[in-house]
Amino acid sequence: MLEDVDVSINKFVLGKFAAVTLAVAVTGATARADGSGNPAVASSDNGKYADKDGNPTYKISEDGTVDWYTFSGFRRYHSDCHVCHGPNGEGSSYAPALANSLKTLSYTDFTNIVTNGRKNVDAANDKVMPEFASNVNVMCYLDDIYVYLRARANDAIPGGRPPKHEDKPEAAKAAEASCTGIK
Amino acid sequence: MNKLLVITTSIFGLMAVQGFPARADEALEKLAKDPKQWVMQQGDDANTRYSKLNQINASNVKKLQVAWTFSTGVLRGHEGGPLVVGDTMYVHTPFPNTVYALDLNNEGKILWKYEPRQDPNVIPIMCCDTVNRGVAYADGKIFLHQADTTLIALDAKTGAKVWSVMDGEAGKGQSGTDAPFVYKDKVLVGISGGEFGVRGWVSAYNISDGKLAWRGYSEGPDADTLIDPDKTTSLGKPVGPNSSTSTWEGDQWKIGGGATWGWYSYDPELNLVYYGSGNPSTWNPVQRPGDNRWSMSIWARDLDTGKVKWIYQMTPHDEWDFDGVNEMILTDQTIGGAARKLLTHFDRNGFGYTLDRATGELLVAEKFDPVVNWATKVDMDKSSKTYGRPLVVDAYSTQHQGEDTNSKGICPAALGTKDEQPAAYSPETQLFYVPTNHVCMDYEPYKVAYTAGQAYVGAAVAMYPPKGDTNMGNFIAWDGKTGKIVWSNKEQFSAWGGALATAGGVVFYGTLEGYLKAVDAKTGKELYKFKTPSGIIGNVMTYEHGGKQYVAVLSGVGGWAGIGLAAGLLQPENAAAWHGAVDQGKLPTKEKTVDTAGLGAVGGYAGLASYTSLGGTLTVFALPSE
Repeated sequence: MLEDVDVSINKFVLGKFAAVTLAVAVTGATARADGSGNPAVASSDNGKYADKDGNPTYKISEDGTVDWYTFSGFRRYHSDCHVCHGPNGEGSSYAPALANSLKTLSYTDFTNIVTNGRKNVDAANDKVMPEFASNVNVMCYLDDIYVYLRARANDAIPGGRPPKHEDKPEAAKAAEASCTGIK
Repeated sequence: MNKLLVITTSIFGLMAVQGFPARADEALEKLAKDPKQWVMQQGDDANTRYSKLNQINASNVKKLQVAWTFSTGVLRGHEGGPLVVGDTMYVHTPFPNTVYALDLNNEGKILWKYEPRQDPNVIPIMCCDTVNRGVAYADGKIFLHQADTTLIALDAKTGAKVWSVMDGEAGKGQSGTDAPFVYKDKVLVGISGGEFGVRGWVSAYNISDGKLAWRGYSEGPDADTLIDPDKTTSLGKPVGPNSSTSTWEGDQWKIGGGATWGWYSYDPELNLVYYGSGNPSTWNPVQRPGDNRWSMSIWARDLDTGKVKWIYQMTPHDEWDFDGVNEMILTDQTIGGAARKLLTHFDRNGFGYTLDRATGELLVAEKFDPVVNWATKVDMDKSSKTYGRPLVVDAYSTQHQGEDTNSKGICPAALGTKDEQPAAYSPETQLFYVPTNHVCMDYEPYKVAYTAGQAYVGAAVAMYPPKGDTNMGNFIAWDGKTGKIVWSNKEQFSAWGGALATAGGVVFYGTLEGYLKAVDAKTGKELYKFKTPSGIIGNVMTYEHGGKQYVAVLSGVGGWAGIGLAAGLLQPENAAAWHGAVDQGKLPTKEKTVDTAGLGAVGGYAGLASYTSLGGTLTVFALPSE
């Protein structure tokens, strides 16, 4: 369980992706670039989507249906992150707007900061991000939170609870049970 | 009041005869009666936040001006307020919890400054900004409760450390935000960490040497909670054995929450300390079956021993994070023709409670915001099986709706109809002046696992104003005898600063945009406002120096309000945004309509970030010199 989320987050994630690349129609997307590059969906594996570099990404259908991980990320974010980072990734008086940060922050850096924490303490600042490495309620949903914030950073979804989402894939259920240990 | 003076004087006399040193509490009691000073955070032991000063009154307050200002040097949420003891003002800050002693005889020159050295790793375990609710004074000492749970006594004249003690452990998710409270020979502090599975407690230390006198927990066996199964009563009946543990599954009470970070009050005649306990852990009610006692309760503890005289749980088996920690205001009023010793409490859950503070009898429980909907009422029928319990509405019960279900439209939101921002009471109008929130929420619980020192939340929350309203706050006047709102002033944002009532017939409070406002105590009419450098979540106080009355308040937006609740959160606006995102200009069809939950709200509505930014300033007001 926890070994999975220990050191190399990239390996953990990439290992979950099929080698097959599918051509997936992306609706209304212009060429974008955020901290991880172009968020356009390049491949999918059991309802989980990745960009051309293998970074997790969001998929929004024409009628606003979001993929499961984006929806899950909205929920997880609004439990453990929003008390500091504000609703919808919009920031607070004491933590940055992640809907902004992810415009330049890469997936690797995002996962490193959430896992290991970060300090910005000097005469003018006292911002400390906790390390979540031992918190399964966050670590097991890192990708979910990432794709949700990535969608927000790219203005692909507005604030608020996504009204429609794809069904929870069996793969997600299995991963959750084995990672969190919660039945 | 006169009776109290007689008692303390006679004890003093007795002590003097026996050769004992004068007890610190007499000195403090005397100081608290001097309206020129403001020697405790809440103004007095009863938490009335009322001043007898009347130089500033309803006729002349419109002429109020800024007299002087002071930057705290810190940019986080500034809760609490300054103290004035004699000619010295004591100002505190959020983390790192600096304390300044300012010389009022010398235009606020800094006499001393104490800056604690704390491990910044405590910052991320403070759920709702690195706030601190202020210092306490007694016996020539200033008491500071630091974020890392250190309680330190400083020499009030020099700032030198007299003693210090560490009350908790940051590594276990425990932190300190509440002000210390001094009663008689003891200084009391609570603990924060309800979102981290911390089992709450109140500690009482000797003010002389910092030794622990007693500690009472919010959950657990009677030996921990200091409850006596036969003597401790709830609504008039003994609570019986294992009143706490019998309402939890297995060992869950050990990570049960019930944090104690609010305001405390004290009745010297009854020798009882009153305070409230916070939410049970987790936010997912399905994971903790039972009433979860004694979270969400009003406590009356004996000051000397900590033993619980009476207790009342306001929100059994909480499903919404309605912490019970708000202030307990003690008044002597006439209800039903009889003079009673009362306790009035404006809870997060939206009910204003009036109890008999000697016996814990429940007299009034009414909603202090009409939109409150999670319960129809509190059962006031003494013969009923559910006497004293709120009658919960299934549609707004996150337990009933279940895990992984988004329960919608619950009012109030988790931050409650009122959070820690304290109300004031005027004995002249016999009204309470209450800064309130007017916000509703969706709440979706789900299973979470516990790790010491890590957040243990388990619910996704989205907050917004009630349907059809654009104001997210109200400042109200309340009659505690009848449980009725007497007047109500809308505020665009939650009214998150503490109120002050004065004999001049004026009530002061601060707004999240940063306005210091003065209103008429009888009618609520706005008489004066001034925009301070940053949003106000601090508590207004008043003092007199050199024959002139001053009103002071800390500005510095933050606290839970600092998560920019207003930022793009208007529910209909969100729905409209989803429309725009998915329709791409086409008209909605039956298949494509987004769940709007009330599309059609009025007008432009900007986030709090459009009005204020971070700050850390004390602004002091006075009438112009003639």
